[in-house]
Amino acid sequence: MKGLLRKETGIFVLLVVLCVAVATMNPRFLGGENLQNMARLIGMYGIFSIGLGVVIITGGIDLSVGSMFALLGVLLAMMLTEKHMSPTAAVLATLGMGTALGALHGFLITKVRLQPFIVTLCGLLFYRGIARFIANDETKGFGSAKGFEGLRDLATGTYLGLPMPFIILLLLSVVMGVVLHRSVYGRHLFAAGRNEDAARYSGINTPRTIGSAYVLSGLLAGVAAILIAFYTNSVSPSSHGNFYELYGIAAAVLGGCSLRGGEGTVVGILLGTVLLQVLQNLVNLLGIPSSLNFAVMGAVILLGVLADQLLSRRAASR
Amino acid sequence: MKVLGGLVRPDEGEMQFEGQPVQIDSVRRSVELGIAFIHQELNPLDNLDIAGNVFLGREPSRWGLVDRAKMRDQAAGVLDQLGLKLSPDTPLSQLSLAQRQMVEIAKAISLQAKVLIMDEPTSSLTLSETERLIQVVRELRDRGVGIVYISHRLGEVRQLADRVVALRDGQNAGELARDEIDHERMVRLMVGRDLERMTLPVDRSEKPERLRVQGLRTERYPDREVSFSVAKGEIFCLAGLVGAGRSEVVQTIFGTDPAVGGTVSLDGIPLKLGSPKVAIDAGVGLVPEDRRGTGLLVDWTIRDNITLPTLGHYAKGGLVQGRRESEAAAEQSKSIGVKAPSTAVKAANLSGGNQQKVVLGKWLLAQPKVLILDEPTRGVDVGAKAEIYEIMRRLTDQGVSILMVSSDMEEVLGVSDRVGVMHEGTLTGILSRDECTEEGIMRLAVGAVNP
Repeated sequence: MKGLLRKETGIFVLLVVLCVAVATMNPRFLGGENLQNMARLIGMYGIFSIGLGVVIITGGIDLSVGSMFALLGVLLAMMLTEKHMSPTAAVLATLGMGTALGALHGFLITKVRLQPFIVTLCGLLFYRGIARFIANDETKGFGSAKGFEGLRDLATGTYLGLPMPFIILLLLSVVMGVVLHRSVYGRHLFAAGRNEDAARYSGINTPRTIGSAYVLSGLLAGVAAILIAFYTNSVSPSSHGNFYELYGIAAAVLGGCSLRGGEGTVVGILLGTVLLQVLQNLVNLLGIPSSLNFAVMGAVILLGVLADQLLSRRAASR
Repeated sequence: MKVLGGLVRPDEGEMQFEGQPVQIDSVRRSVELGIAFIHQELNPLDNLDIAGNVFLGREPSRWGLVDRAKMRDQAAGVLDQLGLKLSPDTPLSQLSLAQRQMVEIAKAISLQAKVLIMDEPTSSLTLSETERLIQVVRELRDRGVGIVYISHRLGEVRQLADRVVALRDGQNAGELARDEIDHERMVRLMVGRDLERMTLPVDRSEKPERLRVQGLRTERYPDREVSFSVAKGEIFCLAGLVGAGRSEVVQTIFGTDPAVGGTVSLDGIPLKLGSPKVAIDAGVGLVPEDRRGTGLLVDWTIRDNITLPTLGHYAKGGLVQGRRESEAAAEQSKSIGVKAPSTAVKAANLSGGNQQKVVLGKWLLAQPKVLILDEPTRGVDVGAKAEIYEIMRRLTDQGVSILMVSSDMEEVLGVSDRVGVMHEGTLTGILSRDECTEEGIMRLAVGAVNP
């Protein structure tokens, strides 16, 4: 446990240094509007990053969430604006579909024994294609959200000055933190991710445990899909949610999840998400050409992981 | 020994090689000096063939490409020296443990090693394989190779050694010359006290039946049936050669291997096969053969390992109650004598014997009716071995039935109440302890059916 905490200290220090640096170079960083907007993005990204983190803890990977956002976003817009379904029904249907897709991944991975990378890579391609087909490759929007303003407010509104997605993330983090780090189920997840055989020999139903991680990831992706769709207010099926799975994976890994499985914390994943958003923000605020966006992110992630490696090696040799 | 092999650097002290003081700071340096190290846990690459493993890291090459023909020929030569009738093209994944051990030795020979270090080379071998290995080791010695042979198996030490150095707690505990080497003296040096012979008294009393296995068929031998029963408080041992299907039988009972056919019942109640969870709930525990792979999560703490199968007992509403869990783990760890400063120590940092006690402890917390032990003392030192036997006796006194798989003949003869001998998937005979002799068991193990 101490090792994990140290891992989080590392990224926390990096985050603070980065924030101080950006704030001194451009005081607008600490402006109310900027912070609020960043918190909103952190909320949306954090929700599905936790789902990805859970999958990574079981030693798997989920590449499909970005395409799921496009598919679920398109369907949500169509349900609300074309079929005029009630907001509650549309939300439940979206969450249900996210969960069902996660369950399908889990089934293919644990029962058919396909590799997670391949299963979710196929999902990435398949859902994107279906989204474009259903939408006829046209952008689907929510317009003025007439009849479901309350739903849109979940993504764009604030409560006590905090953006709603951020509040939703905080609530989900507390729940997921308890589930992962305090519950019997959480311990089983870590055991199955660290050594599936040893977990099975200890009486843990490893297929069900690992499969459930994909269900959770699907459900959280469903939540994020709704928020992201309303945040952008229009869903263009060919680009909506592109690369988002990689942001989630990056956040989880930066936050101390090992791709080998069995390691990671909710706090770490949150810190990773925040770090990524601060980086995005930094590119904008410091006047770095936005074409360098990805390059900056790639470089900082690499540095972060390198520093972590050096630190843990130093600690191990002591 | 890891220091000599270049894996770990010494804290202090000096080494001399052929009269010269040397510093061994890497595996490469150690190889250059002519030291070859055969690890206790074998680490060959089973995706390569024999030749590839023998020449791993120093493949003969031409224009940057591996010279397969040359490698093959040289490997064949070494295999021949060892009297191994194997093609160098055989993939390692097709070899038995013993054959893999031989491949490691072949590698050492091809390195022209002057000193060969063997760490528990026979811990996973059967009797006949051990004989073969001992013969090879003798030949090497006669050729002038210095051999450091690390073993807990005193029988083979007595057969082989020219000189014995006993280590205890990281210090030299004493030395014996060739003619002083005997069982008693070695044990005394190792444990620092006289040990009563490592046996448990036989229990001949009539006891009610606990576990009944009827016509069990495993995936490994789908057309062979195995039937036997174990009484309450009895130690029943499955003996036989490696590959006889003993581990498969116990894993099928426990549910980690699928059953092809047959039934198992516990106190007369049929046990649904195929799920370890169901078996555990019914009161069965399994200490598996592969301690580090399936018995433990080695980089987890003692506490987390001990409570893993029974975590639900220390939870309320699905949430683990840390205090209760820690207390239970600490108590169990103490009662089975795990030597560690606290239960927050990682299992990886424990000796083999203490790791095995942790695995035992995790099942004892589940209060099993039947405890299955697969090679319970493999890679375990003499002191811990005795402690494990004591725990077994304590359990049977409480009425727990023990089903044990063992390849260690001393153990089979010393602790079992009854012995079932297996050969290629069938039970060729069941002997009571009084009827047991090494020869009798071997005869059944190679397939002769009990008259």
